[in-house]
Amino acid sequence: MEIMKAAAAGTLESSDCQVVVEKGEGEIEFHLESAVIHQYGNQIRKVVLETLQKLGVSDIRITVIDKGALDCTIRARVESAVYRSVAQTEGIPWGGIVQ
Amino acid sequence: MKNAVGREIPEEILKQTGKEIFRGSHYYDGYVYKKDGPNTKCVINSGGSKLLASLREALEKCGIRDGMTLGFHHHFRDGDLVVTMVMEEIHRMGIRNLTICASSLGKAHDSLVEYMEDGTITGIQSSGVRGKIGRAISEGKLQGLAIMRSHGGRVRAIESGEVRIDIAFIGAPTCDDYGNCRGIGGKSDCGVLSYAMVDACYADHVIAITDCLVPFPNFPAHISMTNVDYVVVVDAIGDPDKIATGAAKPTKDMRKLMMADYCTRFVTSTPYFKDGFSYQTGVGGASIASTISLAKVMKERGVRMRFGVGGLTKPMCDLLINGQVDVLLDTQDFDRDAVSSVKDLHHFRISAGEYADPFNKGAVVNKLDFVILAALEIDTQFNCNVVVGSDGVITGAQGGHPDTAAGAKCTIVLSPLLQGRSPAICSDVTVVTTPGECVDVVITDYGIAINPRRQDLIDCMEGVDLPFKTIEELRDIAYRIAGEPERVQFQDRVVGIIEARDGTIMDVVRQVRPFAFREDEK
Amino acid sequence: MRDRKQRLRRTMLFLNAQKPGLLRDPYIYRPDSLILDLEDAVAENQKDAARFSLFHALRSIDYEGCERIVRINGLATPFWREDIRCAVAGGCDAIRLPKTEAAGDVKLIEQAISEAEREFGRPENSTLIMAAIESARGVVKALEICEASERLFGIALSAGDYTRDLHTHITGTGIELMGARQQMLIAARAAGVQCFDTVYTDLGNEEGLREDITTIHLMGFDGKSVINPRQIRPVHEIFTPSEKEIIFAEKVIQEIDDKRAKGIGVFTVDGKMIDVAFYDGAVQTIKLAKASGVYPVTERRAGNGA
Repeated sequence: MEIMKAAAAGTLESSDCQVVVEKGEGEIEFHLESAVIHQYGNQIRKVVLETLQKLGVSDIRITVIDKGALDCTIRARVESAVYRSVAQTEGIPWGGIVQ
Repeated sequence: MKNAVGREIPEEILKQTGKEIFRGSHYYDGYVYKKDGPNTKCVINSGGSKLLASLREALEKCGIRDGMTLGFHHHFRDGDLVVTMVMEEIHRMGIRNLTICASSLGKAHDSLVEYMEDGTITGIQSSGVRGKIGRAISEGKLQGLAIMRSHGGRVRAIESGEVRIDIAFIGAPTCDDYGNCRGIGGKSDCGVLSYAMVDACYADHVIAITDCLVPFPNFPAHISMTNVDYVVVVDAIGDPDKIATGAAKPTKDMRKLMMADYCTRFVTSTPYFKDGFSYQTGVGGASIASTISLAKVMKERGVRMRFGVGGLTKPMCDLLINGQVDVLLDTQDFDRDAVSSVKDLHHFRISAGEYADPFNKGAVVNKLDFVILAALEIDTQFNCNVVVGSDGVITGAQGGHPDTAAGAKCTIVLSPLLQGRSPAICSDVTVVTTPGECVDVVITDYGIAINPRRQDLIDCMEGVDLPFKTIEELRDIAYRIAGEPERVQFQDRVVGIIEARDGTIMDVVRQVRPFAFREDEK
Repeated sequence: MRDRKQRLRRTMLFLNAQKPGLLRDPYIYRPDSLILDLEDAVAENQKDAARFSLFHALRSIDYEGCERIVRINGLATPFWREDIRCAVAGGCDAIRLPKTEAAGDVKLIEQAISEAEREFGRPENSTLIMAAIESARGVVKALEICEASERLFGIALSAGDYTRDLHTHITGTGIELMGARQQMLIAARAAGVQCFDTVYTDLGNEEGLREDITTIHLMGFDGKSVINPRQIRPVHEIFTPSEKEIIFAEKVIQEIDDKRAKGIGVFTVDGKMIDVAFYDGAVQTIKLAKASGVYPVTERRAGNGA
């Protein structure tokens, strides 16, 4: 997938994370802010990169402000932001590239 | 060298501090020592007053100079103005290399970070540090070692002469011109002055600072004129709204209510729950809720409490009002209800020494049946951490945690299994503040674990309908939900020590390393 | 499917599917069912994000045996079809249709569910349906709604919209709900499906809540929707059979088994006239007692057993 326009998903509430996606400069540029960065920073990055890989996104600037979100929430917010960036809300490939 | 809780204490720290490693909670039982005494400047002339015109004059008369150790109490909590006021004045005088020995430091003292950076303050000894000072210490901005010691441990350190306080500053809600201080009355009413009593008795110089001067004699005095050198009157020693808040509304959060319910059902299923039992609890939502639900069961079963201890809140004082407890022993007041309860005849003020000092001839904590505590982390050895946050930064205080845990017959720690994403139950706490040998029960929203050392408690819970699990099971649930956490990345430099009650070293706190992603996953 | 349709559903806890903090572990409060809400709780511009959040919650969180029901958006919105695709792909146990007015509504989503089950390789008929009735028309059509689909396990009253439709409001006395409660319950029983009561919204009023639960329990409802975990325990307590009821039910079952073998039709237990018609009720009582953790009665009953 190709990021068409900047988009965001998620909130700054506890257990959530806010994900902002923007057009990249030819590669994945990842930024993370988290109160649990020492404990889960590597894991969060792994989940974000895996999710982007499944979606086929390789040119993106992605910023995650994490408030203690679990992996399933991080996946959901990343996918949500990416699909918003291409303005697709229906016919989502549940269980396909979204999994 | 490895200590009794399995923590490696660096040799150079042992050498630098002259301290021993922690060898177990009762290692010093029966130890004999000679208490230290202060240098005392006698006042024999008749009449007169100890009032001075300014703080500056008092500092000068006490001979303030580089390298001194200054004592403060934290009864004004987040509303404290005394520490900052004194340190600003000293900073203006250009004095450097000072050690602050406070019963606790918090958000009210954020501005001191500047003095740490410029070398005015080079040592900090406190129950713990919340707010910006904690972060600054963790980032290595303090030249010397920070020492975190419990309320009882602080009294021990002072009485044994390990710490010599050169000048103690006692913020006094009311005071007369001869230095009789009371915690009650005035604009900055905090109820009691428990933590300051040891400073008054053992510091070489004692300055009482008040914003409410009353005629002599201000009796019964909580701190006696016989220990006070000078009295200074200022506009304000505290911000009343932040000293004692309105009583916290009982929580409506089901998670906390559920933990409180588990706690009460546990407490009331032990043999200690009988007429004449004793109890201490904290100020967290779940602790307060458990006091409220305990009061209900006490009423239903006609069980009376003999005494309640500690930092007090409304639900504890309600027990007194409702005739469910004989006496309250008070070291600190957290809300206005507690402050006003101090006037009750059965509400007694006690000193921090009476409360928790392990190096006297027996403290109140030793007579406790139950203490209900909280923790940031608890590991599978039941060791607790109440000082360092999940980001590795100093963010909390020992308070009376290790003292009451060591003293009480049944020590219960309440914590949600996950604090945000961070597992509260883990394989290994970031630092140990309270040794697992003193922690009997851990109650979480996912279940209850009893320390295997307490087979007697395990036995008496036979047939009790509560969700019992092993501590390892609780950890596994937490890790399954949140993932296994990686350890915080620290640098080698030790920035602080966690001192055990008896003055030995429980653990060290290292400087945090800015987070860096692991390379191999790039 | 019959067993799944008839499972114990005393409490159905509503959760906003868009709130990770709520989705994480509601099972610790032990509700029988969870309603993961894509409808009213979720703002119009968050419907898309809520689906992603729901999908991953269904796929990765172990709800420890709590039934996972997804409340989709109504048929008058553009959202419901994608809601069903998402919920079925995630593997939910059931779909709750809001604002049901006729059998055709149920049939419409049944078809969409079947398609989704095929699309995502879910077992055929694995997704159940419950219909929420929120209007006078829906109440009148309750029986046809109950009989609209083999997948439908029950109907639920939703009082907010219903009382507005009736030109009244929620009074707290239940008087405005009398007709709907009675009619829906009768329709559900006639069709052999379950019937659930509406939420009690006055969160601070525990006494009112208990009165309300007692009323619907005595009326014969199978359970109640709850909006806060604090409401779960009162419902379970009131729905839990008393020791006396359990012992009586045990005797009834034993006596009927015994007398049936001997060819006796009518007899007495504890002075009450009993025949075979009491059998199902007694079995239901024992089932409820087991689910409530109070069976057998000889076990120690400590605490309040939520």
